[in-house]
Amino acid sequence: MSKIIEVNEITKQYGSVQAVDGVTFHVEEGEIFGIVGPNGAGKTTTIECIEGIRRPDSGSVDLLGYVPWKDRMEVAERIGIQLQESALPLRIRVREALDLFGALYEVHGDSQVLLDRLELADKAKAMFGKLSGGQKQRLFIALALVNRPQVVFFDELTTGLDPHARRSMWDLVRQIRDQGATVFLTTHFMEEAERLCDRVLIMDEGRIVALDTPEALIRSLGVERRLVFTVADQWDSQSLVELPRVDRVEQIGERVVVYGSGERFASSVVHGLETSGVDFRDLRTQDPTLEDVFLSLTGRRMQEE
Amino acid sequence: MRGLKELTWINLKLNIREPVGAFFTLAFPPLMVVLFGAMYGNDPSPILGGYGSMDVSMPGYTAVILSTVGLMNIPITIGAYREFGVLRRYQASAMRPRVFISADVIANMLMTILGLALLVLFGWLLYDVRFEGNVLSYVLGVIWCGLAIFAFGYLIASLAPGARTAQVIGMVLFFPMMFLSGATIPMEILPESIQNIANYLPLTYVVNLLRGLWFGEAWRDHILAVTILAGILIVSTTCAARLFRWE
Repeated sequence: MSKIIEVNEITKQYGSVQAVDGVTFHVEEGEIFGIVGPNGAGKTTTIECIEGIRRPDSGSVDLLGYVPWKDRMEVAERIGIQLQESALPLRIRVREALDLFGALYEVHGDSQVLLDRLELADKAKAMFGKLSGGQKQRLFIALALVNRPQVVFFDELTTGLDPHARRSMWDLVRQIRDQGATVFLTTHFMEEAERLCDRVLIMDEGRIVALDTPEALIRSLGVERRLVFTVADQWDSQSLVELPRVDRVEQIGERVVVYGSGERFASSVVHGLETSGVDFRDLRTQDPTLEDVFLSLTGRRMQEE
Repeated sequence: MRGLKELTWINLKLNIREPVGAFFTLAFPPLMVVLFGAMYGNDPSPILGGYGSMDVSMPGYTAVILSTVGLMNIPITIGAYREFGVLRRYQASAMRPRVFISADVIANMLMTILGLALLVLFGWLLYDVRFEGNVLSYVLGVIWCGLAIFAFGYLIASLAPGARTAQVIGMVLFFPMMFLSGATIPMEILPESIQNIANYLPLTYVVNLLRGLWFGEAWRDHILAVTILAGILIVSTTCAARLFRWE
């Protein structure tokens, strides 16, 4: 494993807004690296400084040995970019777009292979303006892969897609990595970062809040587990605090949340419930997520959508 | 210049697929012959030195068509591309700015020349218009004038934030010049005061140069026009290159 991207103390200001405020990290070859954070956290500015589309006010970026905004064309040959917002001429056909973008690069793959791989073969003759949101997004991914890039950048890849399309995008991203590329993505979906990324950089207000593997980030919160179930309204759940490995109990109406720790926490609670003879339903465990990590580190909730 | 051929070819196809653009470049030229021909006819006239109105107007119509492409099509298309993020998408790939601009110029020039061929064809079929110059020289004149006008169009596109503004600027420049530069109404029948204004309109020099070449005059007889157009070309290209934004 070697460092493929090194970002050192970059800053970027728009008017009075400090979009990126001294960010330092590196990306290893072959990993799926993600920046996650709420809208306006500075994710897009950061990714665009690395791509070379923007130039930071201060700090340095090393991408594959190049300074991206200076060596724009050398970098462009070796990376693939999917932008958060972009378009193609409305009347360009899918295959024409692939052939055109392929022709811009020294090395490029076969358009038909990409059409098949991104399930666009039956849309090859369709005009860009007639494609659905998901199809447009797949075409943009195809365009990002057309030069067989070493590093692929995805900025908010799954925003606006339905959950099913989102999951198939995740599979696609894993495939791209498995075929040898390094993937750098941004997302404001914590679940996406957790499921997809090898390492996650949590960003808020232009700064790094945390950076580690999703598992390590979640573990760093402590090992508090949660058990959730519903009971009849009048039952007093506080007696559960007496059970071994239970820390505290919260009840809102019929919904009870038991907090505790240890491997046998869940069975201890279930056993206690069985003995008390209470009628409980919909029992499930709830493991902490990156959402909880963000909440505990910033004191705020991530805004979804 | 990798991708130049491919982008030029795509631009040509997009030009033809776009109904409004295709109308102005390909349908409008024959339509001008039909409409103005019905109004003025082509009978020889002593005011026009024994030529018919259509004979002397062909270079003017050429100037009008160059202007619709340069002052309207180009700024509006680029403005829309910028507004919707097409330019951003191109910028993020390995497309060099000079490839983008060159392909756009070449495609627009080819479309315009095709439109002009239709103009002359209709003029010849319907009114038997007289051409007394050298075809190659006239085509070079068209290209020279086209480059100057197109460069000005890219300057508008660089200044205007979006398609709407580009359209307004283009129209404000286009319509007065269309009527006051001798392009549609022969200068000879305009009052002297308007002829004086015309001396300050760039399109007047396009019309003068093209009319000269149409009737077989030499380039050296039109040094002033050639120089003014060269100035417009150089200044516009320099400013547009400095001011151009992908987003």
